[in-house]
Amino acid sequence: MIYMDNAATTMRKPKEVIDAVVQAMSSMGNAGRGANEASLSASRVIYDTREQLCRFFHAENPRQIVFTGNSTESLNIAIKGILNPGDHVVTTMLEHNSVLRPLYEMKDRGVDLTIVESSEKGTLDLKALEDAVTPRTRMVICTNGSNLTGNYIPLEPVSEIAHKNGALFVVDASQTAGVFPIDVVKMGIDVLCFTGHKGLLGPQGTGGMYVREGLPIRPLKSGGSGVQTYSRTHPAEMPTALEAGTLNGHGIAGLHAAMQYLEETGVDHIRAREQDLMWRFYEGVKEIPGVKVYGDFSTKERCAIVALNIGDYDSSEVSDELLTEYNISTRPGGHCAPLMHKALGTVEQGAVRFSFSHYNTEEEIEIAIKAIRELAED
Amino acid sequence: MRKKELKLVVTFHTTADAMAMEKACREQEVPGRIIPVPRTISAGCGLAWCAGLEDREQIAAMMKKTGIEEEDMHECMV
Repeated sequence: MIYMDNAATTMRKPKEVIDAVVQAMSSMGNAGRGANEASLSASRVIYDTREQLCRFFHAENPRQIVFTGNSTESLNIAIKGILNPGDHVVTTMLEHNSVLRPLYEMKDRGVDLTIVESSEKGTLDLKALEDAVTPRTRMVICTNGSNLTGNYIPLEPVSEIAHKNGALFVVDASQTAGVFPIDVVKMGIDVLCFTGHKGLLGPQGTGGMYVREGLPIRPLKSGGSGVQTYSRTHPAEMPTALEAGTLNGHGIAGLHAAMQYLEETGVDHIRAREQDLMWRFYEGVKEIPGVKVYGDFSTKERCAIVALNIGDYDSSEVSDELLTEYNISTRPGGHCAPLMHKALGTVEQGAVRFSFSHYNTEEEIEIAIKAIRELAED
Repeated sequence: MRKKELKLVVTFHTTADAMAMEKACREQEVPGRIIPVPRTISAGCGLAWCAGLEDREQIAAMMKKTGIEEEDMHECMV
């Protein structure tokens, strides 16, 4: 199978990641739940991974790195744990449902929500964002890269607009963590939400968030913490405050190996490789009669995603044909990005999304281009 | 693109239901396969079970017996 659905999850993982999970599953106890060797081995790996992520995102302190199950959980913690009825929050049409749905829920509870429109190329209008953010805005939340078009959003200008108005800046880095450099201090990020199973190349069920020191967040969960057993309330100290219950130690051991792989291989190298493959595919399909590619390809920096349609064929039909006739895995439909499809005018048709990994090959790209050419000629 | 045929398309409320359907069909040798839901149909879950029109009764009986609930059953060009 030619796997080109890496924006959903990077299916191929470094061998070290798989080995680390297997090793952890035969040796790891429950972190922070005892001083026996098995428990300590889990605690050590988890703490080490916190340090890796802290270094990776240039955070001040590993205690500000929280483990969650995925970006969705991190975003829910940030949105529901910070906003209160009466607060104003600004977001964009580029967002995934993991941002939009918690925000709609908060809107029903009295939060004032503004969604900044985007162009039909799916780019963010910074002027419109600037107009939307006011001194009464509590939070600006936006993606670092669209999961549908691959458009990359530089964070500094957004951060500047947020902070100029005294608002918090929350970032959804689902599509960029592990591929683009992220410096939470330089970029003025108050909360960074990421998943472990995409660009970070770790197992599914791992994810996390960085929370700026001193920023209080109401936890979504309370319960077992391994400390302060006789207290009626969950500990307020980070990261325990936001990590009730047993962590996914086995998965985090895999993420630990993935972070090592990323540190050794280099994010810049991975991004350059992915982008090369993406541009090769884009150049190969953009001129094919009947093919419409979505998104902004005028800048070099973009996620390794190309979303397209062939004529007015249903995207599900094209994706199914790519699978059955060419053994190529893509994702059709709405991609959990309803407002982005609205902006692109593809609500009915959906789009066929090709998303690449540094593990893809030039030969696979050529096969995919040939498939699109043949399907478009039919 | 391949020529379309009139097919039976069963949609589901959740991915869990679609997976239960695939498993049950395989175990009981009921024909068909999972496809992405065609846009002509609106459904809660993005996966559907596609089979020949002639398999409708067999599929309906199997679903009833196994307790798998469909969202809808369509006949459409796929």
